[in-house]
Amino acid sequence: MTTTESLAIRATLYEETVPGGGHTSFILKRGQVLRLTDVDGGANVSLMLLNAHQPSERLNLPDTLKGQHTAKLTAGHCLYSDMGRVLAAITADSCGWHDPFGGVLNADEVREKYGSGRYQELRNDFFRNGHDNLLVEMGKWNLDLQDLLMVVNLFSKVTVDEAGAFHFVPGHSKPGDHVELYAPMDTLVVLTALQHPMDPSPEYAPRPVHLTWGEAHSEGLSLACRSSRPENERAFHNTERFHL
Amino acid sequence: MTVITTSELRADEAVFRHVIPAGEPYLFEVKAGQTLRLLDLEGNQAVDTLFYSAANPRERYDAQRTMRRQNKVYLTTGTVLYSNLGNPLLTIVADTCGRHDTLGGACAQESNTVRYALGKRYMHSCRDNFLCACLRDGRMNKRDIAANINFFMNVPVTPVGGLTFEDGISAPGKYVELRAERDVIVLISNCPQLNNPCNGWNPTPAEVLVWN
Repeated sequence: MTTTESLAIRATLYEETVPGGGHTSFILKRGQVLRLTDVDGGANVSLMLLNAHQPSERLNLPDTLKGQHTAKLTAGHCLYSDMGRVLAAITADSCGWHDPFGGVLNADEVREKYGSGRYQELRNDFFRNGHDNLLVEMGKWNLDLQDLLMVVNLFSKVTVDEAGAFHFVPGHSKPGDHVELYAPMDTLVVLTALQHPMDPSPEYAPRPVHLTWGEAHSEGLSLACRSSRPENERAFHNTERFHL
Repeated sequence: MTVITTSELRADEAVFRHVIPAGEPYLFEVKAGQTLRLLDLEGNQAVDTLFYSAANPRERYDAQRTMRRQNKVYLTTGTVLYSNLGNPLLTIVADTCGRHDTLGGACAQESNTVRYALGKRYMHSCRDNFLCACLRDGRMNKRDIAANINFFMNVPVTPVGGLTFEDGISAPGKYVELRAERDVIVLISNCPQLNNPCNGWNPTPAEVLVWN
């Protein structure tokens, strides 16, 4: 399922470009939509989602995958919390596949893969890593290592063969590819734009991602997600029960 | 291809044994260098397990790093279980089942309402077990409950990105053995799930054995 026009019916509240290597966090309010766009192609965004008001409730990828009988994420899917609610529904996706397996690298793993890239020599081009980037953003909300769970790697495709081995698909996301997340509850979004950990390229060259916030104006936007599976209907029910 | 590796360790030489009744949690510690066996007594019982560094319980099993570093979605002999700080916690050294799941997570009251029916909320669940054992112990809380391992469970991923739940490939007497690379806290929920046919709707006991 792919839609490219859905944002046109909504007012843009704010826009921002996160440079490759950058990290940010913000609250996507109930009823808002976040569009993430791969500016140059080949981007990867490692994404965490939490309940903005009680962040011990957070993205649970095992629940998300088994509840929807999927090992990839795309339009029509919901990102569930560990409390059976929907933190975000994927209402549009021109990419077709986002990866729930790869996780993020830490400083040692980045050094192993790309070599030393310190601030002392490279200034702000120094080699960042997803683990520290996400921890830094978590810390700004008084969260810590306890809260860093599995991430979704947006714009990246990793397949699994019959033996269970992973295969990273290069060149999956093209310039202008985008994904939209609709929040049916106030959701704390924490993200960083770094290469996918399984990207075999030995060059440290993270790509930028453009963020656009909008008001959905209509709950109809999430209807396709809500009705794509009975599980999603019940997860939306739980989310609405939470707001009574 | 499933590879079966057996162990030379004898049950009567174990320094510690405990049978976890069906549906109950169990929290205990294994010291660096000790070997832990999880024994599926009656077959196809999900043993939902989390590992923490005893020195710092904020350091815990990391499913994504473990899968990525072995480039494989299933766990078996040779798999190193990595922590969220990148350190090896344990290594699987024997496995007569051949495949274990770390994708499916643990059942919860809340996920049962989503997966099965809203009315399933009041059934017993693994995450209630985890939470109860964490809070009773006092060193961990809800925020420490991450994606776990489901020993003896079979959750295959298809090449087109599907996720399926297959009948268990375990059987009575199958086991997995892990060597602790550091002092670890082991947190088990011996799964009480009654909605999923993987255990024949019949949760059964599991045994833990530890050798020096």
